[in-house]
Parts: sequence; C-alpha cells; structure tokens
Amino acid sequence: MKLTLKIWRQRNAADKGRMASYELDDVSPDMSFLEMLDVLNERLIIEGDDPVAFDHDCREGICGMCSLVIDGTAHGPQRATTTCQLHMRHFKDGDVITIEPWRASAFPVIKDLVVDRSAFDRIIQAGGYVSAPTGSAPEAASIPIPQADAHDAFDAATCIGCGACVAACPNASAMLFTAAKITHLGLMPQGQPERYGRVTAMVDQMDAEGFGGCTNTGECTSVCPKGIPLETISRLNADLLKATAKG
Amino acid sequence: MSWTYQKIGHMFRNVSSVSRSTPVAAPRRPQAPSTAALPRRLYRSSVGKKAVMAVTGGILVLFLVGHMLGNLKVFLGRADFDHYAHWLRTIGEPALPHRVFLTIMEAVLTVAVILHMWSAVSLARRARQARPVRYAVRPKAQEHRYATHVMRYGGIIILLFVIWHLLDLTFGVVNPKSGGAEPYDKVVADFDPSRWYITVFYVIAVVMVGLHLKHGLWSAFQTLGWGRQRRYRGLHLFADVVAALLVIGFVAVPVMVTIGVVK
Amino acid sequence: MSLFSEGEPIRDTRAPDGSIKGRWDQRRFGGKLVNPANRRKLSVIVVGTGLAGGAAAATLGELGYHVKSFCYQDSPRRAHSIAAQGGINAAKNYRNDGDSIQRLFYDTVKGGDYRSRESNVYRLAQVSVEIIDQCVAQGVPFAREYGGLLDTRSFGGVQVSRTFYARGQTGQQLLLGAYQALERQVAAGTVEMFTRHEMLELIIVDGVARGIIARDMVTGEIETHTADAVVLASGGYGNVFFLSTNAKGCNVTATWRAHRKGALFANPCYTQIHPTCIPQSGEHQSKLTLMSESLRNDGRVWVPVEKGDTRKPADIPEDERDYYLERIYPSFGNLVPRDIASRAAKNVCDEGRGVGPGGLGVYLDFQDAIARLGRDAVAGKYGNLFEMYERITGDDPFEVPMRIYPAVHYTMGGLWVDYDLQSTIPGLFVIGEANFSDHGANRLGASALMQGLADGYFVLPNTISDYLAKGPYEKIDDDHEAVVEARASVTDRIEKLLSIDGDRTPDSFHRELGAVMWEYCGMERTEEGLRKAIDRIRELRAEFWSSVKVPGENEELNQNLEKAGRIADFLELAELMCIDALHREESCGGHFRAESQTPDGEALRDDENFAYAAAWEYTGEAPVLHKENLEYEYVKMTQRSYK
Ligand SMILES: Cc1cc2nc3c(=O)[nH]c(=O)nc-3n(C[C@H](O)[C@H](O)[C@H](O)COP(=O)(O)OP(=O)(O)OC[C@H]3O[C@@H](n4cnc5c(N)ncnc54)[C@H](O)[C@@H]3O)c2cc1C
Ligand code: HEM
Ligand code: HEM
Ligand code: SF4
Ligand code: F3S
Ligand code: FES
Repeated sequence: MKLTLKIWRQRNAADKGRMASYELDDVSPDMSFLEMLDVLNERLIIEGDDPVAFDHDCREGICGMCSLVIDGTAHGPQRATTTCQLHMRHFKDGDVITIEPWRASAFPVIKDLVVDRSAFDRIIQAGGYVSAPTGSAPEAASIPIPQADAHDAFDAATCIGCGACVAACPNASAMLFTAAKITHLGLMPQGQPERYGRVTAMVDQMDAEGFGGCTNTGECTSVCPKGIPLETISRLNADLLKATAKG
Repeated sequence: MSWTYQKIGHMFRNVSSVSRSTPVAAPRRPQAPSTAALPRRLYRSSVGKKAVMAVTGGILVLFLVGHMLGNLKVFLGRADFDHYAHWLRTIGEPALPHRVFLTIMEAVLTVAVILHMWSAVSLARRARQARPVRYAVRPKAQEHRYATHVMRYGGIIILLFVIWHLLDLTFGVVNPKSGGAEPYDKVVADFDPSRWYITVFYVIAVVMVGLHLKHGLWSAFQTLGWGRQRRYRGLHLFADVVAALLVIGFVAVPVMVTIGVVK
Repeated sequence: MSLFSEGEPIRDTRAPDGSIKGRWDQRRFGGKLVNPANRRKLSVIVVGTGLAGGAAAATLGELGYHVKSFCYQDSPRRAHSIAAQGGINAAKNYRNDGDSIQRLFYDTVKGGDYRSRESNVYRLAQVSVEIIDQCVAQGVPFAREYGGLLDTRSFGGVQVSRTFYARGQTGQQLLLGAYQALERQVAAGTVEMFTRHEMLELIIVDGVARGIIARDMVTGEIETHTADAVVLASGGYGNVFFLSTNAKGCNVTATWRAHRKGALFANPCYTQIHPTCIPQSGEHQSKLTLMSESLRNDGRVWVPVEKGDTRKPADIPEDERDYYLERIYPSFGNLVPRDIASRAAKNVCDEGRGVGPGGLGVYLDFQDAIARLGRDAVAGKYGNLFEMYERITGDDPFEVPMRIYPAVHYTMGGLWVDYDLQSTIPGLFVIGEANFSDHGANRLGASALMQGLADGYFVLPNTISDYLAKGPYEKIDDDHEAVVEARASVTDRIEKLLSIDGDRTPDSFHRELGAVMWEYCGMERTEEGLRKAIDRIRELRAEFWSSVKVPGENEELNQNLEKAGRIADFLELAELMCIDALHREESCGGHFRAESQTPDGEALRDDENFAYAAAWEYTGEAPVLHKENLEYEYVKMTQRSYK
C-alpha cells in the first residue's frame, strides 16, 4: 500500500522543529509500524537525507523504549499495544499518518521523535524501591502473600515505563506511572515500612519534574499498553492523604 | 533543592566535562517526615491540591442539594417559600443571633469557592506549563476533551453564572424587583415569560453545573482514594444520578415560572 | 594459510580444590576483604544494567564502592533481560519433589552437554537459593499459590518443579527489582548512572583494565572514564544473525573491544536456537519474537506429508499430516529439548515441506487440545500468547494453527573467565550472558536469569574484593598514553565510518551478514559451508569498510553511526564464530556439525578430542586457540538420548 507520512523533525533540543511529509510506496500489511519506518530510513540514507530518529529496542512490547504518537494517539490506534507491536494491517492504502513525539516539558525532545524520559528514573530514585540490601534477605517462604494481593500488585508491576500515559494525559501528568509503582509496592508486605515516606517523596519528585497534576481524565489508562488500571491512581491518592495527615 | 541540583547536573554533564575519574556524588534525598503544618503539606503537592478541590467541591454539592430542595418549596406556594427563606436566617435562634448561621454558611461557601478555584487555576496552569507544545493531530473520540472542557471552561461559566445569580436573586441588582423584595416575588418576576432569555440562561448554567458534577462527583471519590475498579460503575452511576436530579430539580423552578405554572 | 593456530592450554586457577560443596565457601574465605572505610576510595565501572550488571552495580554501591554504571538505552530498566518470559530456576525444593542443589547442578551440566566447568555450575546451583530470597525481599511479585506461598512450575524438560515465575514476565519483574535497587543507590550517591552511553573501548594500563572510552549517544562526546576495575555485563551477541529474539541494540561491542585488547573469547560458536518463534513474514522483518516454550505442552507440531502442499491447514486430512516429532521421538514427542526440536523443524523445511511464506515454518496445532480440554481451558492457559501471536501475524490460533520456526535466542559463548569471573585481563570482570561460563554448549530454560543474578548479586561482589583489596590504583590522567591511544582508536574509527560515504546502508550489511551466518553457522554446520561463510564474511567486511554510508555526524544523536559501529564488530566476531565452529569437529549442545552424527541423525559428541572450552586469542590475523580442559569429577559424561 501507499502512505503519506507526516513526521515531526527536530534536529536537537534547541531546534524549533517542524512537520515534514514523506511518501512511501510498497508498504506491506505484515510490516510492523517500526519496520515501515526502517524502510523509510533506508531510503532516506541512500537519497542522502537525514533518517528519522526514533527510540526502540526490544520490538516486542516489553522494554518500553518505543514511543510514538500516531495520529494523535500514543502508541497508535490499537489498544493495549505498543508502537513496536502495531502492524500496518491496521492502516489503509492512501492513509495519511501523522507521527509526533511524546509531548511534555518533562520529556524534552532530543531529536525528531526521541525524547528524554530520565524524569521517570528520578521518580523511582525518590523512593520506588524496597530497601533490601543484598545478602540479608529472609527465607522467601517466610513472607506469604494472599494470592489476590499478589495478583493486584502484579497488575501494577507490569508497567513498562514507556511514558504513553504522560503523552496522552491532557495535563501531561505522570500519575499513572507513579501510581503503578506505589500500588505494586504498597500491596506487598515488603513495601509497608517505607510506604508513606515513599509516596510523599515520589509525588514531590513527580511535581518537581514539571509533570502536570492528575484531574482524573482517564486517558492514560486507555492508551497504556499494559492496561495499568485507574484504581492505582486512587490508591496513590489514599496513601498520599494518609501520609499527609500523619505528617 | 536536591532535584534541581540533579537535573541541572544532568543537563550540563554532557556539555562540560569529558573525563571524570572521581565520581560526582548525587545528593541524598531527604526522607524524614515533613514538619510543615498540614495545610502546607497538603498544598505542596498536586495530589493535595486536588484533594482540596474534592473536599470544597463536596461542600458546594451539599449546598446545592440543600439549595435545590429549598427552591422546590416554590411549588408549595408563596408562604412556604418565603417562610423557608426567612427560616434560613433564623436557624439556631435564639441561641445564635439573627442570620449568624446563614452568614457562617456564606463564609464557608465563599472560602470553598475560593479554594476550589484556586486549586483549579493552579492545576490548570501547571498543566499548561507541562505541555508547552501541542499535538498537531487530536483524535475525535477522546474522553479527555469532554472532561477538561466541561471542568475548566464549564467551571468559568458556572462562576459567571453565580455572580449574575447573586446580583439577581440575592441583591436584586439585576432583578425587576428590588433587593429587599420577598424571594418569591423576585423569582416570579425574574422568570416572567417576557424574560424567557433569563430562563434559557439559567437552564444552560444549570446543565453546565450538571455536567461539571457528572465528572466532578466520581472524580472526587477517586481523588479522596476510594476509587477501585469494582466500584467505578457504582460511583459513575451515583454521580450521574445526583447530577441529573440536581439539574431536574433546579431547572423545574424557572421553567415552571416561565410557562406560568408558578405565578 | 591456516585459519588459526594453537597456543598454550589455559586453566582456571581460582577455584579451590577439595570437595565441590565447600569450594565457594573456601574461595570467599580465601579472598581478601576491603575495609569498609576504604571502599569509597575504590571505583568500579559496570557496563550493562541487565540482571547481571544491574544487580552488580546495586550491590557494589551498597557495599560502599564508587560505581559508574553504563547502558546504551535511555534507562537502565530497559536492558534486554526485561524480555525473558519463562522463569528462573532455583533449588528450593518447595515441592518436596526430590530437587536439591546436587540435582540442579547435575541437570545443568547434563543440559550443557558436558561442556561446562563443574565448580562454576555447582556454585550457581548453591547460590540459586539465595536469589529467590533476595528477589522476594525486594518485592518481586512472583506467582503465588492460593495459600500465599510461592508457586513453581517445571520447565524445559526437567522432572522437578523448580522454576519460579511471574506470569509470562519473569525477566521484567526480576530486572525491575534490580533496577529499583540500582536507582536506590543512585539516589544514595554511590552509583553514578550513565544512560545513552555506549562503551567503545577498554583502557588498559600496564596490562591491567583501568577504564573505558564511552560515547555519549546524545551529544557524541567521547568520554574517558577510569576506575580501579571494570566489569562487563553487556549481554549476548545473538544479533550477529541480524534476525534473533534479542533487542535491536544488543551487540558484541563491549566484549569484542576487550577481546581485541587481549581478553580471550571462549566458545563463540555455541548459540542456542529456540524452536518456538514466530516465523519471518517478509524481507522487511527486523527481529523475531519468541513464543513461550510452554506452548509445546499442548500444541502438536506437524507439516504436510507432501512437498509443496499449498492447501490450507484445515483442508489437509489427518493422514496427510506428518507429526514428525511424535514420529521420530516417540517417548518425548513434542517436548524434546530446544536444540533437537529446532533441528527437526529445519530438516522438514529443508525437505520442502515447510509452510507459510518461503516455506520456513511448521504448524503448532491446538485443535486436539481444544477438543480435549475445551476452548476456555486452552484460553486460560495460553490466552495471552495467542493474543500476542494474533497481534503480530493477524491469525487467530483458535481457528488456524500457529506457524512457528526456530530463531537465534541466546549465546553460550563469551569472554573467558575464571572462577572469580575475571577475564584474562587483570581487573576486567565479565558477568551474565557476556561471559562463557556455566552453561556449556547448551543452556537449560530458566537458567540464564539465574546465572545473571547469581553473578551480579552474589558472586562478583565477593570475588572482586580480592582484586580491589590491592587498590586503590594509581590515578590515570587524561594524557596518559593508554588513554590517548584508546581515545584515538575510537575517534579514528568514527571518523572513518562517517567518511566512507558509500552507497549501502549499515542495515543492508547486517542483513546480509545475518543471512550468511544463519545459512552456514546456524542450526547445522558443515566444513564446506563454514569455509564458504568465512570467505564471504571477509569479502563483506571489505565491502563494508569501502561502501557503507553512514549519514549525519558524530556530534548528535546518530542511530546509524551506532549501528555501523556494532556491525563492524559483528563482522569480525562472525569470522571467529565460524572458525570455532569449524575447528570443533563434533556435535554438542547448540553446535551441530553434520559430519558428526549418529546413523539416525542425532548429535554425536566426541569427548575424547573435544572435552574442552575453546578460548581464542586475538592477534589481528589468525586467532590462537587456548584449550581449557574440562574435567568431570562429580558427573559422568553420557550421551543424551530423547528417543
Ligand atoms: C526473548 C527472550 C526470552 C528469554 N527468556 C528467558 C527465560 O525465561 N529464562 C531465562 O533464564 N533466560 C531467558 N532468556 C535469556 C536471558 O534473558 C538473558 O540471557 C539474560 O537476561 C542476559 O542478562 P545480562 O544481564 O547478561 O544482559 P542484558 O540484559 O542483555 O543486558 C545488557 C546490558 O548491557 C548494556 N550494553 C550492551 N552493550 C553495551 C555497550 N557497548 N555500552 C554500554 N552498555 C552496553 C545494555 O544497555 C544492557 O543494559 C531470554 C532471552 C530472550 C532474548
Ligand atoms: C466557581 C467556579 C468553578 C470552577 C472554576 C470549577 C472548576 C473545577 C475544576 C477545574 C475541577 C477539576 C475537575 C477535574 O478536572 O477533575 C473541578 C472539580 C470539581 N468541582 Fe468545580 N468548579 C467550580 C464550581 C463548582 C461548584 C459550584 C461545584 C459544586 C456544586 C463544584 C464541584 C466540583 C467537584 C465535586 C469537583 C471534583 C473534585 C475532584 O475531581 O476531586 N465546582 N471544578
Ligand atoms: C436554577 C434555579 C435556581 C433558583 C430558582 C435559585 C434561586 C435562588 C434564590 C431565590 C436565592 C436567594 C435566596 C435568599 O436570598 O434567601 C438564591 C441564592 C443563591 N443561589 Fe440560587 N438558585 C438557582 C440555582 C442556583 C445554582 C445552580 C447555584 C450554584 C451553582 C446557585 C447558587 C446560589 C447561591 C450561592 C446563593 C446565595 C446564597 C446565600 O447568599 O446564602 N443557585 N438562589
Ligand atoms: S503506566 Fe502504562 S503508559 Fe504509563 S509508563 Fe507505565 S506502561 Fe507506559
Ligand atoms: S489522563 Fe491524566 S488526568 Fe489523571 S487520570 Fe490519567 S493522569
Ligand atoms: S521497542 Fe520495546 S516496547 Fe516497543
């Protein structure tokens, strides 16, 4: 099939950036979206143009590196699917596809479609862990966890840190990402001792990074490739309010 | 602040040094409990601001419920309605002096509205700064356009309405009757068939309030930490029903006056 | 000219003698310790943030050393360990099903086809128990039973249930545990994190590893980082085949640069080919996706009896289908080990009976399972895998049989290390998939995660202190000749790559190299094919250096420059892999030489002549082979049979 691609081009963080348009013939419906961009890039290289920079690594939906806003939707039109797992069979011959980077001031553009998501790492640094030094761990079976809690904790723990939630949120809020970690650790006995300090520190860091506040819009969950549930945000809110009340 | 240090370090790292055989130590993050007073602790985070909005919003909802019930007394006749307005001013008497309860209520409402708006404005500004460059394409069907528009722009319309409404029915400035007139007269004069446009304006405003609450009510539960996957259906239903009842209850009065049922 | 020459044999001098059970304790006791107050004066560079590198950096940071951690991704959490699905082995014996450290040790040695080192494997089995404790303490959400205790399953054809798992995302959960521990140390200031940094050269001063040259992938800055010791945890090199289940960025650069500077590279030809991957759908294919091996528990593998049968699978009657695994291996059937299942699939496709595009695929059919267990039960077990398959292929496995084909998955070879995980360059330690230890010629399922974490959390932090205790070493200035030389070699190479300005893209070379490797150094290798491959690789390398086109410049994010550098190293590694495969005239584990098979086509090992690890020395010309003899005191070598 034949496609027109409108792609955000920006040389570096200082550049203003603009949309550029490319025509691509011979796109096979079996290609993944990123393979389609590979084809474009190989052509651009041969023609002496600058290929389009985009982040990707595992190409199987788990590393969280790929990050494209396709026709206004983070990770494209297919639900619960990362960009790298999106296939061209979901597009039609003659389509015009607009491709933009994640847009948030906390995620500055590095080049073209590549953004800097290190703010997420700093949120985790603020408290997204259990302080369990190597070597001093108790016997694993001594910490039983009800299956239901383990299950909910797991659902939250599957976040791949891609940032689509931020990209889709009208406030560019990192709430879903932060809440996923709070929920994962907050539901397990191992996470209890640091629970309230963790939530305060992580929310402070999230705010300090320049993400917006959450106003319960729910766009984040609907684009989240791992379907992190909205209730994680409410659990974070509950923990933060308890922590605030405790001081 | 520790994070700025780190962030700046991060930004300049690439530009400046090339060789670093001695590692730069990142600052240790303070984890000690905060000694700031509760309101400050609350207000320092985006989540706290949102909680303030939820609580103040809740207060406003309670007022609206009461206000709507009071309004409906119009259908019981002039005496009941005026008596109700009078009663509002004499609650607690003789223990409380005249109009004290009403004044307290007005004060609480004023503070609530200010805090509510303040939080809303500060979160909206934060959101604008968080996304300086907008997307070129915005898909049609999106949850968030409804919610943000109805809450932010809808909120402003509600504010303008309340100002008009106070000038109208409380102070009588824009009412055919004077400020000192009996409430029943003011209401009937206000929504006189000849002033149908006022009725339309009220209806629009009340629908805006309804939409605001349709999202706002369940949102408040989510904000206060009660949102769970299994409760969402119930919470949405609750919000929708309350919002619908309020709209119907409020709309009833001006409409009935305009079509002449209440004279 | 001969392809290689043979040098002195080498030996692991670090493993203590005595009973295998006590060796690890003895080594820990024998090693020197570093006084806590001195630790912060000692610095360690860790390249890689996967299970091995992430765990090591976090643990070293916790101990109080100054750690610099590097990864090429934008966050340490994205290392390719994240993609591991199945699980992690540990000899906990929670099921009371007869498991023990001894049995895990035995299974691993046997699974590796008797080409691994006994003392290392025994230690791995011992440490496996502590890994689970550590991960649970960190909050890793392992699967649990109703009563709240940890669940396990059996995996990869062993008879005990010793595999701990977290749905189909075990690697992700384990890596996030290590990542969080690492970020905790970053916050504490003990670990300095360098993301989007690629190591491009090793700095050696007076024969000792003292630092690395890394490129900041955002600005192009060439940076010098020095330390008292260097740890490589840079993962496997399966991407030499272009198509593999590895992430696009997986590369051999870190270890290859070390190899060029003197570290021996062991057993490069041992690659694991996983039988259940989604087949290639066309020329544009950029990587292959693994489908969990567990599918073979209920799916039946078949191809049409007739060559070139193009009918739809549903139209092929039962008696015109060949359930070849069940036919050839009646007792193990569809559950034969990975290497055997892979080769059998290749054989039927070579006969022209493969299905799907290019005839490169076999059916994995769930119709019988659906009829026997019901659709819901099948969906309950494999639902998410079916969805993943449908997302990629557009076919619904409930309606149409899945198509699968083998794909390169894991590399057992890597830099040679001793019991301390130290390479032949003092001060250079190698852990995780990047080293050659522990798995021999074939890795059992769920053992790579175990090894990565064992190395990172428990082994390296203990053994490295013996080395660091001799430090701190003299400070190295930027104008030290070793630094200047290393920097120059990096900048020269980058300049060269950018200046060729030929007419072929980097990817086109990578694809072609991959095709050559897959054809001649893949599932089945012959002397003739390997010689052909070596010639072709040499030509390709020459073509690369004269006609590759790398756009852009160094001083920016330049993904094609990164690629080109990695491909240049793959082009050198590929030749060594072929030479290694050529010299090993036996079949063992992941290495199958057509010349060495039993009359009925099974792999034939030659313990008489090849019971050694082949460690190769780089010379710039023909490499030199150093043999490490493998002695088996505790396990008796036998021929594997799955008939
Ligand atoms: C799809 C798949 C499924 C698997 N499933 C299982 C399983 O179920 N059970 C099991 O036990 N094993 C499994 N494995 C194998 C296992 O996941 C890996 O062997 C193991 O995770 C490797 O860990 P590592 O830490 O050695 O390397 P990796 O996790 O690959 O990490 C490599 C690190 O090195 C960095 N790096 C590489 N080169 C450079 C450079 N030049 N400069 C700077 N940094 C660099 C990378 O950024 C990365 O951080 C699977 C593998 C794959 C591909
Ligand atoms: C004065 C004008 C008003 C403005 C500008 C305003 C604005 C807002 C905004 C922007 C929100 C954020 C909602 C979100 O996006 O989730 C909000 C929430 C809310 N508002 Fe208002 N509002 C106003 C008046 C009112 C009134 C009169 C009521 C009650 C009757 C009310 C009740 C609520 C409630 C309950 C919430 C939900 C809080 C939460 O989400 O936690 N608001 N308002
Ligand atoms: C649409 C039908 C409505 C009618 C007929 C109505 C009627 C009135 C009347 C008669 C008063 C004067 C009461 C008194 O002075 O004793 C009043 C006061 C007030 N109304 Fe309404 N109202 C309506 C809707 C609303 C809505 C939707 C809001 C808020 C969003 C609102 C907010 C207020 C406030 C804040 C006051 C002042 C209360 C006080 O001073 O104590 N009203 N209203
Ligand atoms: S919550 Fe979902 S969308 Fe957000 S980072 Fe995690 S996986 Fe991505
Ligand atoms: S879309 Fe944004 S507003 Fe909250 S619910 Fe999700 S973070
Ligand atoms: S590339 Fe890893 S999730 Fe898409």
